[in-house]
Amino acid sequence: MNNPVISAKNLSLIFSTNDGPVHALQGINLDIEKGEFVSFIGPSGCGKTTLLRVMADLETPTSGTIQVNGMSAAEARMNRAYGYVFQAAGLYPWRTIGGNIKLPLEIMGYTKAQQAERVAHVLELVELVGFEKKFPWQLSGGMQQRASIARALAFDADILLMDEPFGALDEIVRDHLNEQLLKLWARTEKTIGFVTHSIPEAVFLSTKIVVMSPRPGRIADIIDSPLPRDRTLDIRDSPEFLDIAAQVRDGLHAGHADE
Amino acid sequence: MNSLRSFWYRAGPVLTVLLTLFAIWYVAAVWLNSSWAYDKAKRADTTISFSEMVVDTMAQDKPLLPAPHQVVSEIYKTTVLKKITSKRSLIWHGWITLSATLLGFAFGTGLGIVLAIGIVYSRAMDMSVMPWVITSQTIPILAIAPMIIVVLNAVGVSGLLPKAIISMYLSFFPVVVGMVKGLRAPDQMQMDQMRTWNASKFTSLWKLRLPSSMPYLFASLKIGIAASLVGAIVGELPTGAVAGLGARLLAGSYYGQTIQIWSALIGAAILAASLVALIGMVEKYTLRKMGMQS
Repeated sequence: MNNPVISAKNLSLIFSTNDGPVHALQGINLDIEKGEFVSFIGPSGCGKTTLLRVMADLETPTSGTIQVNGMSAAEARMNRAYGYVFQAAGLYPWRTIGGNIKLPLEIMGYTKAQQAERVAHVLELVELVGFEKKFPWQLSGGMQQRASIARALAFDADILLMDEPFGALDEIVRDHLNEQLLKLWARTEKTIGFVTHSIPEAVFLSTKIVVMSPRPGRIADIIDSPLPRDRTLDIRDSPEFLDIAAQVRDGLHAGHADE
Repeated sequence: MNSLRSFWYRAGPVLTVLLTLFAIWYVAAVWLNSSWAYDKAKRADTTISFSEMVVDTMAQDKPLLPAPHQVVSEIYKTTVLKKITSKRSLIWHGWITLSATLLGFAFGTGLGIVLAIGIVYSRAMDMSVMPWVITSQTIPILAIAPMIIVVLNAVGVSGLLPKAIISMYLSFFPVVVGMVKGLRAPDQMQMDQMRTWNASKFTSLWKLRLPSSMPYLFASLKIGIAASLVGAIVGELPTGAVAGLGARLLAGSYYGQTIQIWSALIGAAILAASLVALIGMVEKYTLRKMGMQS
């Protein structure tokens, strides 16, 4: 068996606040294999976003170890091992969509020709061909978020970390983007970490669902999904889907029960 | 028809205010200059009627408050009818002041931006510089201007530069305050994003912080250029009133030439308004180019 792409061992993170220490994460053990789609689900305050930020070296764990691509998280970040999609699209209003996608490429020193080629490629991946010269305000919220995903994909990191990327969008747009994301995942074979608070979204997208519970933030359950990788929205009515959704719900309840 | 209506829609309020101001000005001129008109009549042992008095207040040589048309005709005489190279040309004096204003504005803007970058990036500067910047503006410029002129003169610097430095002293302040706010405009998410791309400090300054600060910069520049003009005029006062709008003001007050004072004042106001409008145009163009205004 291959080495896991992301591996957390006995990971803890304590924030010191004015109200005393807050255990954001406690005793996290998790392995993510290459090509997996892993969702992190749980109520607010369960540390799911914090865990993703630790993987991205945006937070430093208090104890325990985290390895990304066999390196420390900091080394992985400096090697540009991952693309990170935030809750808000965060596109620069003074740059066109193409210019926004180019931004990380400029920073990383790609040549102009490489930049143009990659922008064209990722625009095609997120189905935004023809919008390269538009400014962000000319696009809908869903399209802006797709552009921000394109930006995270542009520099070919093999890990994609997404923090509630569709949280601010309405359900119809969200369903559509979920389907697109699965297609994109199938085409690019990336390893994806995905934070959400929607059970259907987590079950629909994931090969592995990490259920988390708060105070202290910890993993309540890890559910491996038996659903096939190639799925459409219809699968949400299948008994297998409902069964996994029930398991996730149980996991969330169990996390709350022992408070 | 429609274009006429839209013209009045825009110009109407402006013209109304302008006409009201002129009316108040004329009334004030009659009121303030009337005593001199009555005095003159008394000395000549005659009496004058109200209408004669009003006519007199409109055409005195050294009125307490010149009437608008006197100022307009003085401005016309000293701009259109005089050669630009003449020392009596308001345009020549205006240019002297404008050149010091623009140089000081450039210095002030540069200094303001450099200080703001320092304050945003260096904790030590963040803690220590701002109080000094604020203190610098609490000292009356009239008190410090002669010292700057004298000290620079002593080391052999005179002419344009000392005035520009006084301009800079006034104009860097709004730029510092605006740019510190502007450079800090990017939110935590945008800064995190830069971190995920392993961007250097310089890169995030150049690609994120500076573009984000543009609207703040332009707001500051508009205040800064007006302050620069004030600085240049004040800088002309202690030099013995040789040249510039400040010199016209001072010379006018030496000799009681109120019409000259008022025409220099109006000239300075027109200059300031034009400069602010010019920056407004550059702002509009730049922000539109940056896609910030739809």
